[in-house]
Amino acid sequence: MGHPVISFENVAYSYGGGELLSDMTLRLAPGSFHFLTGPSGAGKSTFLKLCYAELSPTAGHVTLFDREVRSLGRDDVAQMRRRIGVVHQDCQFLDHLPLAANVTLPLTVSQREIDNRDLGDLLAWVGLKHLADALPPSLSGGERQRAVLARAIIMDPEVILADEPTGNLDWEMSLRLLTLLVELNRMGKTIVVATHDMNLIRQAKAQIAARVLRISNRRLQLAGADL
Amino acid sequence: MRALLPQLLRRDRQSDRVVPRSGHTAWLTSFTAGAMTFLAVFALALSMAAGRMADRWSDALARTATVRISAPADQIEMQTRAVLDVLATTPGVESARALSDEEQRKLLEPWFGPDLPVDSLPLPRLVELTEDSTGYDADGLRQRLLAEAPGAVLDDHTRWRRPLAVAAGRLRLLGLVSILLIGGTMAGMITLAAHAALAANAQVIRVLRLVGARDSYIARAFVRRFTLRALAGSAVGALLGMIGVAILPSADTAGGFLTGLGFTGWGWLLPAVLPLLAAAVAFAATRFAAFSRLKELT
Ligand SMILES: Nc1ncnc2c1ncn2[C@@H]1O[C@H](COP(=O)(O)OP(=O)(O)OP(=O)(O)O)[C@@H](O)[C@H]1O
Ligand SMILES: [Mg+2]
Repeated sequence: MGHPVISFENVAYSYGGGELLSDMTLRLAPGSFHFLTGPSGAGKSTFLKLCYAELSPTAGHVTLFDREVRSLGRDDVAQMRRRIGVVHQDCQFLDHLPLAANVTLPLTVSQREIDNRDLGDLLAWVGLKHLADALPPSLSGGERQRAVLARAIIMDPEVILADEPTGNLDWEMSLRLLTLLVELNRMGKTIVVATHDMNLIRQAKAQIAARVLRISNRRLQLAGADL
Repeated sequence: MRALLPQLLRRDRQSDRVVPRSGHTAWLTSFTAGAMTFLAVFALALSMAAGRMADRWSDALARTATVRISAPADQIEMQTRAVLDVLATTPGVESARALSDEEQRKLLEPWFGPDLPVDSLPLPRLVELTEDSTGYDADGLRQRLLAEAPGAVLDDHTRWRRPLAVAAGRLRLLGLVSILLIGGTMAGMITLAAHAALAANAQVIRVLRLVGARDSYIARAFVRRFTLRALAGSAVGALLGMIGVAILPSADTAGGFLTGLGFTGWGWLLPAVLPLLAAAVAFAATRFAAFSRLKELT
């Protein structure tokens, strides 16, 4: 097992009231595939935000690519986010730019070249090629979710964090998305997917060695293998 | 910093579109820069005209005055000596000397020609005095002269100009202070406009941070826009101001202070520099606003 890409050491987080997450210790090995489950409001999104340095732990240490999050400067955080693709639960877009420009935004802000063929392939894969010029407010929930996935992987990141990526998708589209994530995992990428969808987890476990993490009573547990 | 200017000028269409155009802050910035530069052109013209006048008048004040002594031939030597004695003991008078016949002839030559028989004419004798930097009390001196040499008259015709020269110097300073105040006001207005634009685009900035944009990248999108707007607005303001100054009646035809308001020769380059200053002010103000705002976000 190589150096963990993300590691938590006795991490706790509170938004100001009582502790939402307590004493979490975890190492995500490179190339691993994890699901994250737990009741609504348990803190799944909060956990993922700790994983891409949008939040800093209130206690303990979060380490991303061997760097302690609290020691990162603002530019380091920006650099870190280029190595971690995030599928946000509340898909955030620039509403004045067409979908294609939103998908390529990570390339734009890091001033990299945009390959239009790659972009076309990517949009075709998530089934949005015909909507490349549409503005985000005119998209359906599922279309937005696929667009945000495309945006998360366009930088070819080492880690992909997905927060309820299938929340607005039908089963067929969910399976297609899962297949993409499995493919990305086979290419060596580390993947964490927060989801309520037990069918999706079962489907994934049939294809790869995915582990299931569960947040309950503020703690992180490894869920039973017999889901 | 050195690499910033080329980056600022290079047109980056992608990053330009990342921040949506905001109508009213754009308009406000251009208008403020234009109006302030227009005012600054006049303040500059005022300051330079006052400066020219202060210089001219100070030169004219050679710090000299003359005492003219008119007396019967037998008394003139005595009164001249009395005048020189009085002047020697007057505080504020640095030196005094009687002009020789030769010098007097030179003074009169332009009017009466070179062959004037100075000796045989009942000309007044002239005593030239030079005052020191503190100056003397003219009224007191007049009274003492009256007592000691009744034929002596103090002529200090250039003295009245002194307060004017001081006033002209003050006016130049006032013009320069006005330019500084105008610059400060513009910086303030542009800072406010930049803050408004940053607040209106808070969501855009959040998304940009989430996908890995550096602060400098986000700031540049705003700084570039505000700097170019200020430059454009200010260029228009400077042009209008210069036209305004140019169509004032010329100094040569009318003379006097108000008509002397204008630029001469290289002086015309100064108002042309104002747009660059305005752009620099906008650059600094927006950059400061952007970075202080961005620090508040994760
Ligand atoms: N910015 C915030 N300030 C204060 N409280 C917050 C904030 N964000 C989330 N919370 C609270 O923290 C708790 C956990 O939120 P979180 O979004 O992490 O849950 P979740 O497990 O992702 O839920 P869901 O499955 O519904 O997405 C919730 O009770 C929520 O109200
Ligand atoms: Mg959530």
